[in-house]
Order: sequence, then C-alpha cells, then structure tokens
Amino acid sequence: MNQLSDAWPAIALTLKLASLSSFLLLIIATPLAWWLSQTQSLWRKPIGALITLPLVLPPTVLGFYMLALLGPQGWVGQVTQSLGIGVLSFSFTGLLIGSLVFSLPFAVQPIQYAFEAIGKRPLEVAATLRASPIDTFFSVALPLAKPGLLTATVLSFAHTIGEFGVVLMIGGNIPGQTRVVSTQIFGYVESMAYDEAHMLSAGMLVFSFLVLLALGQLKSRSDKVLT
Amino acid sequence: MFADSRLHAASLQVAVASNFTAPMKAIATEFERETGHKIQLAFGSTGQFYAQIRNGAPFVVLLAADQESPQRLAAEGHAVKESAFTYARGRLVLWSKKLHFVDSHGEVLKSAVFSRLAIANPKLAPYGAAAVETLNKLGLYQQIAPKIVEASNIAQTYQFVASENADLGFVAMSQVFEHGKLKEGSGWLVPAANHRPINQDAVLLKHGQGNSAAVALLSFLRSEKAKVIIRSFGYDL
Repeated sequence: MNQLSDAWPAIALTLKLASLSSFLLLIIATPLAWWLSQTQSLWRKPIGALITLPLVLPPTVLGFYMLALLGPQGWVGQVTQSLGIGVLSFSFTGLLIGSLVFSLPFAVQPIQYAFEAIGKRPLEVAATLRASPIDTFFSVALPLAKPGLLTATVLSFAHTIGEFGVVLMIGGNIPGQTRVVSTQIFGYVESMAYDEAHMLSAGMLVFSFLVLLALGQLKSRSDKVLT
Repeated sequence: MFADSRLHAASLQVAVASNFTAPMKAIATEFERETGHKIQLAFGSTGQFYAQIRNGAPFVVLLAADQESPQRLAAEGHAVKESAFTYARGRLVLWSKKLHFVDSHGEVLKSAVFSRLAIANPKLAPYGAAAVETLNKLGLYQQIAPKIVEASNIAQTYQFVASENADLGFVAMSQVFEHGKLKEGSGWLVPAANHRPINQDAVLLKHGQGNSAAVALLSFLRSEKAKVIIRSFGYDL
C-alpha cells in the first residue's frame, strides 16, 4: 500500500488541470457558442462540426496529432520555440491545451443550446429599448443562459477529470506535471498493484457519480425556473 | 459454455509482448507453413495480458516482455508450472532521430545538449528498468532525472523520440536496427553489462495445457530456425 503515496500529487494535479480547463473553457466557449447560436453564416455548420470532433474522435487520434503538432517539427512547436517558450509536449501547459481541445464540445454545446433556447423575443425587446448588442449580451442573454453555463462548467470539469488517452500520449508521466489520476490508475494496473488501483478507481467512480447527480439537480432546478 | 475451447480451436490464440511484434509475425508465418497449425496473434502490454489471463482470457501461450509475469501466472495457477523459458534477450539502444547526436559511447548523456530523454516507465517495462540501471551505473541518474519523460511502453518511447518530442531515448535494439545496422538517426548500443539482462520469457498457459499445437509452438520457438529469426531482429539469445 505504500505506493498509494503517489496518488495524492496525481489527485491534486488532476483537480488543478480540471479547474483551469473548465475556467478557461467558459471564457473560450461562451463567445463561440453565442456566435454559433446567432450567426447565419455558411461557416456555422463546418465550425460547429469542427468543435464537435473531439466528441467522436478516439483520444488516441487527438493525442497522436497533438504530439506531432506540439513537437519541434510541428507548426505549434515551431511557433512556441520561436517565442522562446520551448516545446510544450510533456508539460502541464501542453496537457492543458490538450484538455481544452478535448473538452471543448462539452463546454460549447450546453451554452449554445441555452442561447438558442432564449429565442429572438427577449433580444428584440432589449434592442427596442436601445440596448447595444454588447449590453444585450451581458444583461439579457448571459443571465438567461446561466443554467447552460453551469452545465458546461460541470461537464467540462468532469470530462477533464476522466481524460486519459490524450494525457497518456502527450504527457510523459512526469509527477506533479503530467501524471494525473487516470494515468496513475493505468500505472497501478500495469504494475499489478491492484489494491491501489481499486482505491483510486473507486474514488473516481464515487466522484463521477456525485458530479452527475449534482448535474441532475442543477437541471431540475433550472427547469423549474423556466416553467 | 458449449464446448471446451481447445476441442474446436481452429487457431491458437497467442499473446505477444508488443516489442516482439515483428519477429513473432515472421516466426508465426514459418510455424504455420511448417506445421499447418493456425495462429492468432494478439499484441499488447505484458501487464494488460497478465490481467486478462487472470480473468479468463483464452490465450494458450504468453510471450511476455519480462520473467516476472510468467512466473506469477504459474504460481497463481494460470500457467503450467516449469513451462517458462527465455525466448529472447533484449538489448538497449540510446537512440536519437538526429544524425551524429548520439556518439558511439553514449558520452552525449554527460553533455547539456539535450532537454528531454525518453525512457519506458521503469515500473512497467523491463526496458525502462534497464535504462534506469544504466543511468545509475554511469552515475548520471540524479543529474538527468529532471529531463526524463516516461512512456507507458517501449513502443511509445520510440514514438516520443521518432517524433523528436524527445531529443533522445532508450529504446529497444529491435526497433531501430535492421540487418545489424541503425535504420536511421544515431545511436549507442548499450553494453549488456550495464544492466540486468532483459530476459523475455514465454509460458504455456492453463488454456493451452494438453494442446499439442501450443506445445509445438513453444518448441518451435526454441528451434535454431526461430533463433535465427529472433537474432536478426536485434535480440540476443
């Protein structure tokens, strides 16, 4: 059981990665979702599909291409090297970028649906009251989409916690940098430390269940508000 | 459920450590041609195979990447006792995709020209353990440790170096050698005395007990013909 001491840094790192990811995703996904919900552009569907890709692609595909992109020969790697940041694979920043891509659809979609559910009416009313588009967005659309924003945060947080394939492929298993709970469990299983694997896996199971339960609560509460 | 698998087994299910993929394909072709038996090969990590076999996977033979797993399986009653033997001994190569990056004595390890060294996870992969032993033997482990990135197996270690995400790494000779020469890049064949031997053991599993084709495969693996193939892929024997 002494191996279990490896678990705490992994848990701390996972929570840090998930909090940062869901926070940044909220900032990235909200304008994206707003644009998708409002635009008539021909680009709407292709961009929507692009954002949804990580939902259906195996994480190995994402990890494989990210390693190629972030590496010294990839174009992201070339840019980061010329900026003096160096190569981002095998670093926490690299992992964070991976998580943002990986969890993007989980953040964009609930927010987009929430925006779409508002309908045209409240926005038109705001416009007739001479609210600027930006004003309308912040004082009408955003408050009305609050349940969607909450769902997006919870989902992208939970999804990042469960991330495995991408981390395995671009992480490098560095303690405190890229060794998260899921890869730690993989390490326990592979090294036949089944007791430790059980404890961490059970923790993950309970945690995920509680997250989904909380999500259900959120949903039913917001439904009540709407009806 | 309907019949014991070995009664109607049209083909042998064999679990093979992924580092041995290429030689095993060649050996299987030769074996099938000579005996008429059919083999179905599954490649993967020894740790995963161990877990699957313990939980009833229908493999008849395991070609592991280590000695420990076959012994554990035998001790736990999932493999036939005394059936394990060493079919290949791996060699470690310090390798870089870049030409002239690794010198023929591995002196590059003492320099500061690299920022990342890839090794297989030493807890999971014998090649990773051998890499750490080598660094310790050279007295460089402490100094290099912050530059180490770990891959989950030796195939991924190769990928990290081949994609140049790591400047260099300890890979298996079988991955980078062909006909006794490096396929590309630069490398140092680590003297075998620098680490404990990377012995890979094969074992007859409980599902294969009494299966004459499985026994035939194991004895074919020990034949001169198989040994020639195994050596040609960069293993000692």
